[in-house]
Amino acid sequence: MKLRLLPHPLLTPALTVIWLLLVNSLSFGHVLLGLLLGWLIPIFTLRFWPDRVRVHKPLTLLRFVLVLLYDILVANLGVAWLIVRGPRRVKPGFVEVPLALRSELGISLLANTISLTPGTVSAWLSPDRATLVVHALDVDDPEALVATIKHRYETPLQEVFEPC
Amino acid sequence: MLEIILSALILIGALFTFIGSLGLARLEDFYTRLHGPTKATTLGVGSLLIASMVYFSTRGEGLSLHELLVTLFLFITAPVSAHLLAKAALHLRLRSIAPVPQRTEASDPRQANAAEDSATPPQG
Repeated sequence: MKLRLLPHPLLTPALTVIWLLLVNSLSFGHVLLGLLLGWLIPIFTLRFWPDRVRVHKPLTLLRFVLVLLYDILVANLGVAWLIVRGPRRVKPGFVEVPLALRSELGISLLANTISLTPGTVSAWLSPDRATLVVHALDVDDPEALVATIKHRYETPLQEVFEPC
Repeated sequence: MLEIILSALILIGALFTFIGSLGLARLEDFYTRLHGPTKATTLGVGSLLIASMVYFSTRGEGLSLHELLVTLFLFITAPVSAHLLAKAALHLRLRSIAPVPQRTEASDPRQANAAEDSATPPQG
């Protein structure tokens, strides 16, 4: 019963906050409307989100987001420097990252993370979801890049969404 | 003082957006070009949004936070479109400076699996 009335406990507050940001006001009426939308939208889109999302270690998730923001900042400067310095000297390459993540959500988050951190774009996921092909703008040591992606991004995501 | 900080943020934002577009023009093949607009612009748009947030929040009409939503939507949509562009490029076998892994060139999932099977010798 609880599952049918509130299929995604995390989506409701998230949608409410998004609504409040959209209208840019904190009046009682909008909070109420936001809660109503946050309650109804997950129910109507239930078939689109079959699995309930569980966050197992919120602190790890928070640390992951902070690390990600820092990486985006640093690597943005790196890519900007590469472009300014001269594109002839970049060494692009494809690397294959073997995935330990199994869930759809985990893999999508990892792929998005990789694309957000500059210098890498996730390009292709193998049909069996075991390998993610990543295009890197400037790669000297493919093995080191794969190791970085795995321990910096994949491990925390795995701890948060797929503990076992 | 505030105006100086805001101007600096806007200039930094414009600079990074410009470098991102410059990358689009200067880099050599499709895959490397993909990096310019998806990346350097994150910081560029970020600075512009922070400037906008500070400016409208300090005008006395209350906190203005809906710029955060722009960031959120940007962070959700930019990687997805980049991924699909890269995937389409692999599918069309566009010219690439970097050697392309063989398996990705198979357009049919069954073919890809077959290529994978033949690439890795049976274990045990």
